[in-house]
Amino acid sequence: MSDLTWRRPISTWWWLRKRTYFVFVMRELSSLFVGWFVVFLLLLVRAVGRGDAAYHDFLDWADSPVVIAVNVVGFAFILLHTVTWFGVTPQAMALRVRGKPVPAPVVIAGQYVGLAVVTAFIWWLVTR
Amino acid sequence: MTKRRVLPLVWMAFSGGGVTSAMFLPVLVFLFAFAFPLGWIDPPSGEHLRAILGNPLTFLVLLGIFTIMLVHAAHRFRYTLYDGLQLKWRWQIALLCYGGAVVGALAAFLILATAMG
Repeated sequence: MSDLTWRRPISTWWWLRKRTYFVFVMRELSSLFVGWFVVFLLLLVRAVGRGDAAYHDFLDWADSPVVIAVNVVGFAFILLHTVTWFGVTPQAMALRVRGKPVPAPVVIAGQYVGLAVVTAFIWWLVTR
Repeated sequence: MTKRRVLPLVWMAFSGGGVTSAMFLPVLVFLFAFAFPLGWIDPPSGEHLRAILGNPLTFLVLLGIFTIMLVHAAHRFRYTLYDGLQLKWRWQIALLCYGGAVVGALAAFLILATAMG
């Protein structure tokens, strides 16, 4: 029997046609760098656990041009992820307080407050 | 377990990982990928970092956030390959992505447990 569910093939490069499509794919690609930074931080933890020499070797490695270049690109993707993730949260999650829906700007602002608290705490913990 | 029971868990981990990576990664990456290696800020001593990593609470928090961040990355990258690049090897991609996240989570457990001492 022939398959009647034929669908028009979509080009591999469909996301280059419109700016919104491009941003969508870039946003999704941030996942690759989330994975990369987990690996990067685990390498740091491993080096710290192995002693001061390994820790300093890690910092030297992280200072090499290739790693810096990858991390600059990765950091841009992480910031894109943070901004876009906070932006869509009100649409993805209908938050209610005492039966009343929380307005979207409040949900978004709340997340930036969370970001500020986490950032300040980690900064203090690591550099004190 | 059936697909119906596993999928909501994957989606929950995906959302949780999305929030934690949005909140934790900017400061961690800024400090450890730029500020300390490039000397913008004096790096903390190894002893200070080992003291932080030696706390069981640090172990639990880092293991938790690393694991859900890996699930988030795996789940999202899977759909980037399906929809973005229109790749058709569906189960191979799923195996590669989620398998990578499981291997990463096990590695995180071993590395954090070893560093805790």
